[in-house]
Amino acid sequence: MLKLDGIEVVYGGAVLVLRGLSIEVPEGRIVALLGANGAGKSTTLKSVSGLLASEGGKVTRGSIRFDGKEIAGCAPEELVSRGIFHVMEGRRVFEDLSVEENLACGGYRRTDRSGMRADLEMVYDFFPRLRERRRQQAGYLSGGEQQMLAIGRGLMAAPRLMLLDEPSLGIAPLLVQEIFRLIERINRERGTTILLVEQNANIALGIAHHAFLMEGGRAVLDGPAESLRSSDEVRQFYLGFSDHGGKKNYREMKAEIRRTHGGEVNDGIA
Amino acid sequence: MDFTFLLQLLINGLVVGSIYALVATGFVIIHKSTGALNLAQGEFLMVGAYVCLYAMTTFRLPFAAAFPLTLAFTALLGVLIERVVLRPLLGSPVISVIMVTLGLAGLLRSGLQFFFGTDTRAFPELFPSAPVMLGVVPVSQGYIWSVAGVTVLLTALGLFFRYSRAGLALRATASNQQTALSMGISVKRMFALSWCIAAVVSAIGGVLLGAIRGGIDMSLGHMGLKVLPVVILGGLDSVPGAIVGGLFIGVVENLTGGYLDPLLGGGVKEVVPYIVLVLILMVRPSGLFGRKKVDRV
Ligand SMILES: Nc1ncnc2c1ncn2[C@@H]1O[C@H](COP(=O)(O)OP(=O)(O)OP(=O)(O)O)[C@@H](O)[C@H]1O
Ligand SMILES: [Mg+2]
Repeated sequence: MLKLDGIEVVYGGAVLVLRGLSIEVPEGRIVALLGANGAGKSTTLKSVSGLLASEGGKVTRGSIRFDGKEIAGCAPEELVSRGIFHVMEGRRVFEDLSVEENLACGGYRRTDRSGMRADLEMVYDFFPRLRERRRQQAGYLSGGEQQMLAIGRGLMAAPRLMLLDEPSLGIAPLLVQEIFRLIERINRERGTTILLVEQNANIALGIAHHAFLMEGGRAVLDGPAESLRSSDEVRQFYLGFSDHGGKKNYREMKAEIRRTHGGEVNDGIA
Repeated sequence: MDFTFLLQLLINGLVVGSIYALVATGFVIIHKSTGALNLAQGEFLMVGAYVCLYAMTTFRLPFAAAFPLTLAFTALLGVLIERVVLRPLLGSPVISVIMVTLGLAGLLRSGLQFFFGTDTRAFPELFPSAPVMLGVVPVSQGYIWSVAGVTVLLTALGLFFRYSRAGLALRATASNQQTALSMGISVKRMFALSWCIAAVVSAIGGVLLGAIRGGIDMSLGHMGLKVLPVVILGGLDSVPGAIVGGLFIGVVENLTGGYLDPLLGGGVKEVVPYIVLVLILMVRPSGLFGRKKVDRV
């Protein structure tokens, strides 16, 4: 469904952030994008959703294909219309708007009013707390409720591909569990394809089908989520507990995964 | 003290104030959604008055045709100005945007002067001249129509912002541009729309002012100067603030003009709004209705 092929992204005409990133997201799947701070995960999502331009970024090389069509450089409103919705990092709700108005904004590009009404009910069923606070100003919601609202707004867009940037950011562990179960449900019940960026590798790998590990602006490793999850080294590597140098450690780990899972792991940089 | 005189001053104040409120509302809409401070807001008012006058006198159109034409013209002008003048400045410092709107004000004003000259031009009579009695006070029908017009317009604007899809998108853009973009809202279009609304609203103020004054000249632009005290008083990004501020300044101005000017000599009327402004800002630095920013982490 979505295929990024060797893309490079530059901010402000000078800072090269993505350096030949290639990832693929098959229809109907949950794909996790993992990596340390500054690896370029959010930038990757922004280059897919077209939000890069408003931050002075640009895709300077490679291709981004959605349903086989090139979308690099498309305006965000067009991409939303085509079915890509980006739930940005840091639960950015419209603070001065009510909860329900925020949700209505999520459906801004839709034209099927009856579908929107049904989806509003569905969002409220997913998040009963939002229903209770529907008339309340969104700025006064708790952090967790704001995250629910941000995801609910994404649901209101009824996208085919949802880009989720760190839905667990600043949220209590119990609620994180709840939110991830919901993401899984959204994928299963609505068939929404999901590209998920997450710091919490463990929980992300718990719901993802496939995962990519990013480092320095490219994917250095990818494989089925289970195989990455069952490898302690992945988590060690990812969380940076190891005292080896990054590259060496990652090569060791790849070898380790190959040994245990037999060649399922692809190398992004070959 | 003559009670009728007081009432007369109050009514005059409310009428002029309601037009201040319109112009200030335009200013606030632009500032809220685009962050720009538009110092050419008063010139939009002049353009409205002159275009309507021109359509009625030179083209001999009836008001019912001239008015929509004026609206269409100013709507287009607003969009054009956003597109050609403001859009290239996206991301520039606020001060450069202010300077540019100041230049724009000068440009519009000299354009009007060039086309229409500096003489006072009679505005066709839109309302019957016989006053009606409001209790003991005779009030000209133009005043009543004007206040009714402003009320209807502001109510319509309020409903538009609250319930329409475009109104929601405008408020979302005002709240957070990047997030609005991520919803698929075209922020550029919203900017154009705010300039369009601001221009049209002020132009309507200009037409009303022309009609109640009976004549227009370059001094109409003075209305624009009042916009600053009004919006600073009301809070830069509050539409209710702009309305209350407009009415308030209108009334204060007329009361001081009626009672103090004869005692202290002319000119007090011009100064008092600023004195009131300073006093209020000392108590409420962000204006009467200044945005209570949601503060949480
Ligand atoms: N608008 C911008 N202008 C310039 N540089 C930027 C911009 N946005 C991000 N960067 C840089 O790009 C790099 C990658 O940023 P990005 O936000 O994509 O990282 P991330 O993987 O999402 O990190 P985190 O886990 O901390 O969210 C960082 O070094 C950052 O400083
Ligand atoms: Mg990030």
